[in-house]
Amino acid sequence: MTQETRQIVIPSQLLGDIKNKKSGRGTFVENGKIYSEILGVLNDKSEYINVVPLKGIYDPTEKDFIIGVVLEALQSSWLVDINAAYPALLHVNEVPWDVDFGETEKYLNHGDSIMAKILSVDREKKLQITLKDRNLYKIKGGQIIDVEPSKVPRIIGKKGSMISLIKKYTKCRIFVGQNGRIWIEGNDDGVKKVIETIGMIEDQSLSFGLTNKIEELLKKDAKDVH
Amino acid sequence: MKTDIKLLEKGKRLDGRKPDELRPIKIEAGVLHRAEGSCYLEWGNNKVIAAVYGPREAVPRHTQNPLRAIVNARYNMAAFSVDDRKRPGPDRRSREISKVISEALEHVILVERYPRASIDVNIEVLDAEAGTRCAGLTAAAVALIDAGIPMRDIPVACAAGKIEDTVVLDLGKEEDNYGSADLPIAISPRTGEILLLQMDGHLTLKEFDKALDIAIKGCKKISEIQKKAILEKYQNKKEEK
Repeated sequence: MTQETRQIVIPSQLLGDIKNKKSGRGTFVENGKIYSEILGVLNDKSEYINVVPLKGIYDPTEKDFIIGVVLEALQSSWLVDINAAYPALLHVNEVPWDVDFGETEKYLNHGDSIMAKILSVDREKKLQITLKDRNLYKIKGGQIIDVEPSKVPRIIGKKGSMISLIKKYTKCRIFVGQNGRIWIEGNDDGVKKVIETIGMIEDQSLSFGLTNKIEELLKKDAKDVH
Repeated sequence: MKTDIKLLEKGKRLDGRKPDELRPIKIEAGVLHRAEGSCYLEWGNNKVIAAVYGPREAVPRHTQNPLRAIVNARYNMAAFSVDDRKRPGPDRRSREISKVISEALEHVILVERYPRASIDVNIEVLDAEAGTRCAGLTAAAVALIDAGIPMRDIPVACAAGKIEDTVVLDLGKEEDNYGSADLPIAISPRTGEILLLQMDGHLTLKEFDKALDIAIKGCKKISEIQKKAILEKYQNKKEEK
């Protein structure tokens, strides 16, 4: 916490020279100079200059855990909306069930939500997802809320500190998808508190010491209840 | 077109501006909730709203490009935006403007990042008073940044023209109707590249050079207003705690 404020940069803003820094995420190089390409928060503490986006849609990356909504059941696969620019393909070989040809609708149908993992992203940005990993299944019950995908790392916190905090104080089951969808299950008060807290994290994602602030708040609320 | 109105008197224009003075501009980013990014802009009596949707999969499928995203700008004038009711729907003029704006934006957006996708930009003119294509493009640029779309630069547009044999910046309504030339341009302010250039009327080579020069100067001024509008929106959010 050496810096008091985080610096917000806009596209085309000059950030540095390739002689002393390397161009990282969210930047591009032209004539030996590094420029920002998106609206975001500047981070130039390491040898790379990175710009963390403030807004924008989810950019799928391999091995991300996400929450998807089935759009369509095809003969041997499903089309799943994962909040990215393109729908993802879920093939019958990538689900834990034994599905006969043409019987995909028996297992997943339009509107069903699933927790999934991104299997591959090719150069044409064709996406494949899989259900064959730990704790991946079709979602039954609970509630899904949408947040800005760029805020997901803040909601999870450093090594999951923020999310485990929320879980501890609200006694809810939470699954945060990297694509900005969050699944919550628990009693009504708990779910309400989780949604409130996540809304607060989203609003104040640029401030420092947020985890401590949220912990204090949750503690105070917990005392009121008992 | 001949008229009795004196467009330029004692170095002052009809609305009291100097030849190289812009109309007042107000920009606000992020005004719509359902759009990924949006912008409301007032430029003199022009009122324009721009909304950005996507990147999303381009439909119909044959319009997709496997190597890059396509940019679909749609310029539309509301029926009530002009004095006489405008027949709603796309016409020759608005289709032309949509096309030139799409092409201008395509050059600054990093389209290679989103193969097969389309980025849709809707520009709605609510109130028109000359120079709506420049206002529309300027608003679209702010809306694109608000949507978090990666861009090489923030495009900006401005017009210059000729009234009573004098080259002036940013034509007003009467100046556009009764003046002798109109030259709207859009530039990429960081590199100085020209993204859009159209001309209506007659200019000598000398006048053209001068008009281009003052239009670029005008663009640079507007560029600062654009940047301020974006930073204002997001810096304020931070301090609201």
